[in-house]
Amino acid sequence: MRLLIIEDDRDAADYLVKAFREVGHVADAAKDGEDGLAMALDGAYDVLIVDRMLPKLDGLSLIGTLRSRKIETPALILSALGQVDDRVKGLRAGGDDYLPKPYSFSELLARVEVLARRRGARNEETVLRVADLELDRLSHQVRRGADEITLQPREFRLLEYLMKHAGQVVTRTMLLENVWDYHFDPQTNVIDVHISRLRSKIDKNFSQPLLHTIRGAGYMVRDGAR
Amino acid sequence: MTALGKLFRTTTFKLTLVYLTVFALFAAFLLGYFALNTRRLVTEQITDTVNAEITGLSEQYRLGGIRRLVIVVDGRARRPGSSLYLVTTHAGEALAGNVTALPPGTLDKAGWLETDYRRLDETEGSDRPEHQALVRVFLLPGGFRLLVGRDLEERERLYHIVLSAGRWSVGIVIVLGLAGGLFVTRRVLRRVDAMTETSRTIMGGDLGGRLPIAGTGDEIDRLAENLNVMLERIEALMNGLKEVSDNIAHDLKTPLTRLRNRAEQALRTARTEAEYRAALEGTIDESDGLISTFNALLMIARAESGQARDDMKEFDAAEIANDIGELYEPLAEEKGIALKVDAANAAPVTGNRELVSQALANLVDNAIKYTSLRSEPAEGVAPEILVRAQSEADRVLLTVADRGPGIPEADRGRAVERFVRLEQSRSQPGSGLGLSLAAAVARLHGGELILADNAPGLKCMIALPRGGPVQSGG
Repeated sequence: MRLLIIEDDRDAADYLVKAFREVGHVADAAKDGEDGLAMALDGAYDVLIVDRMLPKLDGLSLIGTLRSRKIETPALILSALGQVDDRVKGLRAGGDDYLPKPYSFSELLARVEVLARRRGARNEETVLRVADLELDRLSHQVRRGADEITLQPREFRLLEYLMKHAGQVVTRTMLLENVWDYHFDPQTNVIDVHISRLRSKIDKNFSQPLLHTIRGAGYMVRDGAR
Repeated sequence: MTALGKLFRTTTFKLTLVYLTVFALFAAFLLGYFALNTRRLVTEQITDTVNAEITGLSEQYRLGGIRRLVIVVDGRARRPGSSLYLVTTHAGEALAGNVTALPPGTLDKAGWLETDYRRLDETEGSDRPEHQALVRVFLLPGGFRLLVGRDLEERERLYHIVLSAGRWSVGIVIVLGLAGGLFVTRRVLRRVDAMTETSRTIMGGDLGGRLPIAGTGDEIDRLAENLNVMLERIEALMNGLKEVSDNIAHDLKTPLTRLRNRAEQALRTARTEAEYRAALEGTIDESDGLISTFNALLMIARAESGQARDDMKEFDAAEIANDIGELYEPLAEEKGIALKVDAANAAPVTGNRELVSQALANLVDNAIKYTSLRSEPAEGVAPEILVRAQSEADRVLLTVADRGPGIPEADRGRAVERFVRLEQSRSQPGSGLGLSLAAAVARLHGGELILADNAPGLKCMIALPRGGPVQSGG
């Protein structure tokens, strides 16, 4: 995956470039909005990571310019402003995701990977499959092997989201945002309990677990046999 | 600046001056016009009278010649208050009349003129000045000349009376206007000075000061009242700020110290990579806690400053109760607590959905935390939490009732303050900002957070006005 990091704080940019390279991605950095725009227009990147406040050209204008030139590279906005309406502004300007500073690298990595694979991914499929687990998005039926599994509506959405991003790490915040539509920190880790409930329904009687906990990052649905 | 100088520079005084000038000019113009018109009217009257007499006298001359004219003129000239008459020959020799001492050449030309004269019956060289008259000279056929006129003294006196009346009244208008203006200005100035004085002490740091109110309910009072409300709000905000900084110093320093100690300890004692790893992970956990505390603080500050008022929409509080109940139900169950939601009926309310959700989530989170804290359940009371949304006449109530240890009545006010965690909960995780955030969100919506006894346990209620906060500055 090729990443462009547009961030004026040199330390932060260096750290991100190094960290992304360590996990096997290609990352370039731009130090201000104008350079960033030129590179984003020019190179073929999979994801842009854009700081909201940049010298010369601010992050939101940069994304707006790209979108007006029909360049639809997914963009994640990093910002010190973490309030709900700032987030809404960021997404309205054409950003695809919004992460308030300070963030953890695992959170950023998870979101960037989801963004990179979002287009043409499993959005249109009506039936999601991971190993012998099958989720029908139209009839709302879930089966594992020959067994039918009964899920509550929220559990269904949780599993749907996890399976849509099968093989990718999904963080707790991402789940809270996308399954519950909350953008605040619920203090206690309520998501963990929901996950363990879901796990007891889909994994309990099967030798092959599909819902994995990724330490220090989040969760992943994955066909462990492969 | 001198006191008088200050007086003259006020808006009130300047307005008075402008008003006074306009009014005085208008009055002067009006009275001048009146005086001139009076004079013209009197002149017209004289002209008419004189013309009539000349017509009469020339008729007499036509009928009876110079002899008859002389007799008639003599007769008329003797009447008291009579007009002025003079009949002369072509050479200027007076035949009859009551006028003398005319300037030479007066009788040479026919027509109207104003001239000095003296009556015949007045002694020559008296102290009285010669009079002024408006006369008409008429040439009779046969070379005789007839002069008829009226004294102008009356006209001039009337004119002067009106003129001086005008001067006096304009003068009085100016003097009274100035005095009134000064009086009003001084009154206003005194009140403004009092306000300035108070605001100066407030700027000096005494935020308790309030502007004086005269109690007349006029515009200055209204201004002062509004400014006082503003000052109250500023004082509350300042106190809040002070409290926050005190509390930040107190409560953020604790986890920061822990963080530092942990790092130091790792440097000193850790030998293996696993030990270092554990220390670093602990450091990250600790800083995550700090970040979440910080976010909660920012959120409260934002709610209290009223910034979030922009994105208020109508939403269903019952839906929020159901959603949050559903979010926390597994967690409660895991801790052996029954979480029930009573929100069957829609409870529409205008507000910030995200903030209200967060406030309710905080209350439920607290309820779970403190219910599970109570190690042995109270006699005959099952550990349960009730989340309820109900619609009342003009407000919507979101209630979270638990069976935890509750909060003694005396501590309830304090519990809502930022960072206050009552002593028994110091050992529990959490930023201690849950109740403060719920209270700030309620206040943002123009509502309140009510803490009550659930006998046993605690009942927290977020009361929100149905129509959202009243936007007027009151």
